[in-house]
Amino acid sequence: MRIGVFICHCGSNIAGTVDCPSVAATALTYPDVVFSTDTMYACSEPGQDAIIQAVKDKNLDGVVVASCTPRMHEPTFRRAVERAGLNRYMFEMANIREHVSWIGKIKEQNTVKASELVRMAVEKLRRNRPLVAKRFETVKRVLVIGGGVAGIQAALDCADGGQEVVMVEREQSIGGKMAKLDKTFPTVDCSSCVLGPKMVDIAQHPKITLYTCSEVESVGGYVGNFQVTIRKKATYVDWSKCTGCGLCVEKCPSRKHPDPFNENLCNAPSINIPFPQAIPKKAAINAASCIMLQKGKCGACAKVCPVKCIDFEMKDELVTVDVGAVVVATGYDLFDWHKYPQYGEGRYKDVITSLQYERLLSASGPTGGHIKRPSDGKEPKTVVFVQCVGSRDKSVGRPYCSGFCCMYTAKQAILTKDHVPDSQSYVFYMDIRSPGKGYDEFTRRAMEEYGAQYVRGRVSMIYPKGDKLIVRGADTLAGTQVEVPADLVVLAVGAESAKGAVQLGEKLRVAPDQYGFFVESHPKLKPVETNTAGVFLAGACQGPKDIPASVGQGSAAASKVLGLLSKKELESDPAVSRVNPARCVGCGKCILTCPFGAIKAVADRFGNPKAEVIDTVCQGCGICTVTCPQGAIQLEHFTDNQILAEVNALCPPKIFANFE
Amino acid sequence: MPAQDIRELRIVGFLCNWCSYGGADTAGVGRFTQPTDLRIIRVPCSGRIDPLFIVRSLLNGADGVLVSGCHPRDCHYAEGNFYARRRLELLKRFLPVTGIDARRFEYTWVSASEGQRWQHVVTEFTHRIHELGPAPSFNPMSEVDWNALALQAAQGQGCPCHG
Repeated sequence: MRIGVFICHCGSNIAGTVDCPSVAATALTYPDVVFSTDTMYACSEPGQDAIIQAVKDKNLDGVVVASCTPRMHEPTFRRAVERAGLNRYMFEMANIREHVSWIGKIKEQNTVKASELVRMAVEKLRRNRPLVAKRFETVKRVLVIGGGVAGIQAALDCADGGQEVVMVEREQSIGGKMAKLDKTFPTVDCSSCVLGPKMVDIAQHPKITLYTCSEVESVGGYVGNFQVTIRKKATYVDWSKCTGCGLCVEKCPSRKHPDPFNENLCNAPSINIPFPQAIPKKAAINAASCIMLQKGKCGACAKVCPVKCIDFEMKDELVTVDVGAVVVATGYDLFDWHKYPQYGEGRYKDVITSLQYERLLSASGPTGGHIKRPSDGKEPKTVVFVQCVGSRDKSVGRPYCSGFCCMYTAKQAILTKDHVPDSQSYVFYMDIRSPGKGYDEFTRRAMEEYGAQYVRGRVSMIYPKGDKLIVRGADTLAGTQVEVPADLVVLAVGAESAKGAVQLGEKLRVAPDQYGFFVESHPKLKPVETNTAGVFLAGACQGPKDIPASVGQGSAAASKVLGLLSKKELESDPAVSRVNPARCVGCGKCILTCPFGAIKAVADRFGNPKAEVIDTVCQGCGICTVTCPQGAIQLEHFTDNQILAEVNALCPPKIFANFE
Repeated sequence: MPAQDIRELRIVGFLCNWCSYGGADTAGVGRFTQPTDLRIIRVPCSGRIDPLFIVRSLLNGADGVLVSGCHPRDCHYAEGNFYARRRLELLKRFLPVTGIDARRFEYTWVSASEGQRWQHVVTEFTHRIHELGPAPSFNPMSEVDWNALALQAAQGQGCPCHG
């Protein structure tokens, strides 16, 4: 075999702490290495051309590049090697940047380490063999999980691009958090007027199938061929008949449970349509509070329903769909501010969250758009906004900035002045973070035109005095303590990952970060992809985001889906397991352990049982390889011999040279 | 005692591509300085790690072996790390039987976002191996000319172990 080794300087990233020419010189002493050089930027066009030229000139049949992590540029170099006429699997990478030059400071040690990593790569490459990808067809359908604004945008873009879309929403209506908002910053545009038409488009689009009150039960399969089971929760209303007339909602006598759409500010009937613009506009029964379902008598809704669509016997239903790609747009939830003792832990009715305030401002909210404080229904004249409640606070495990609270607080201060002209707003803030088009001008307007008082400091306690709440805090710019007698206190609660996001991530094999937000494939270059092929992210499930960013990411995810599904066939990774029938004893252990059902039992021509791998189903994890007592099933590109060769390159065998 | 000040020991790491290898990358991108003793072998999944790889490393004279995969329930391949956990835990308990100090082997879970945790894991483990010192020569007969012994055995003259 003739191997060429290329040591990348990566500018000074590697060459700064690794002696690249000496690594290249050492590499020439390794077996089968016939050519070795160092190069400034291996991934640049001249760098890649130099590799291709060397393959041709030196008649190489394997290439080792020592540079950054293979998670970054392995595909790049594989394509380069392929352009040079080699098989793309006759290539190995040694990670001498992330694993050497960036973590070690001593040049001598780094150089030795880099040389050894190159040696490992060479030893592995010596045992590589050409692999050819198989092709398979994809299902031309997309699953969008979550019907917030990001999911809506992704679904509409995919559907307009000609793909069938299945949208799954946990709540009764799509719309997500945006549907609860009154206005949006920085234009003070009506939120439901912006979102409403898009929601209607979802309902009307011939290519979109909508499942609300539904959750993803399980996900199987792989990119291009996922099998998804959806649990349609019982709504006790036959939606094929329901016209959304709302007679049942009026007549329902059970009105004791809080209304989640209105952030528990008021109570809702047991059978309900959450808001006027709900999509689908169908009624659903909350089983926990329905008198008929709990006590077996009532049925007022069934009596009054003109189309007889109430069905108290309804059960959850499971639907299975095949999809080619998945967009996850599960959004976020609000931080539970009751953890903070200084804000009263929920003892004071007039300490509310920003989203509750949003409902108070909304014309479709519990107060019809008049600001009335929850305790006595009086119009508040002094409103105090507290920023960073559950953001940028290590003590409650939320060190990150939620990003949009500064902006919506400015908006709410403006709206407060609009609703109650003789009111005064105070905003306790840490820093004002308003990067974005027109954002900083907007916060300025809140202060200058609308007279909101911005106080830089934290609130140390809130306590009642008469019918007022005294907000005590620091003014760090004036260096004093301040006390504001407030009628209403609005907490700008931060965003956290949606409830159930981690469990959904387990089903989709998408890892969450330490806060439960899904991790993208690359923070800069692959912001919507995940490490699971065919699963994409949109919106705040990846990290806190405002509406424009969520919509942008929804479209980005849709373009990735359309790019994926526009291919007639996909190539499967040929690094899959392969059975050596001569060694296989047909014990079937691999069949039992494979998480994907990718191994089946077949009979050879003598009728002996043998294992066989289904190439397109195998994901290449290699669990079977370790399980096989015979070593008969080997994961291509990561065979026992290849990994042992790396081990032996690091720790030269003491007793016998060759166990292969 | 920073490991850099003294002779490097030989530590082999087996890391799953999806989580811990990414975590090690994240640590690199974040410039989280670590001891340089560790050499990482990339595998697709911690479930791909045959316990015999670890034993082979130790037999060949590695001073320590560190295995890291995705956190349980987070496996890219659904359940590979559960298999890994069983195998590795069993190996850990079995190592003393073979005369190898079990402290020379450790397995842990690090996700792709946990660069700082990876730095901590590597630093701690390297520190532990340096405290244990270089691995004792596994085979007291290692100085013997094995080819001569093999020849003897082939000629039916018996071998030193079986008399």
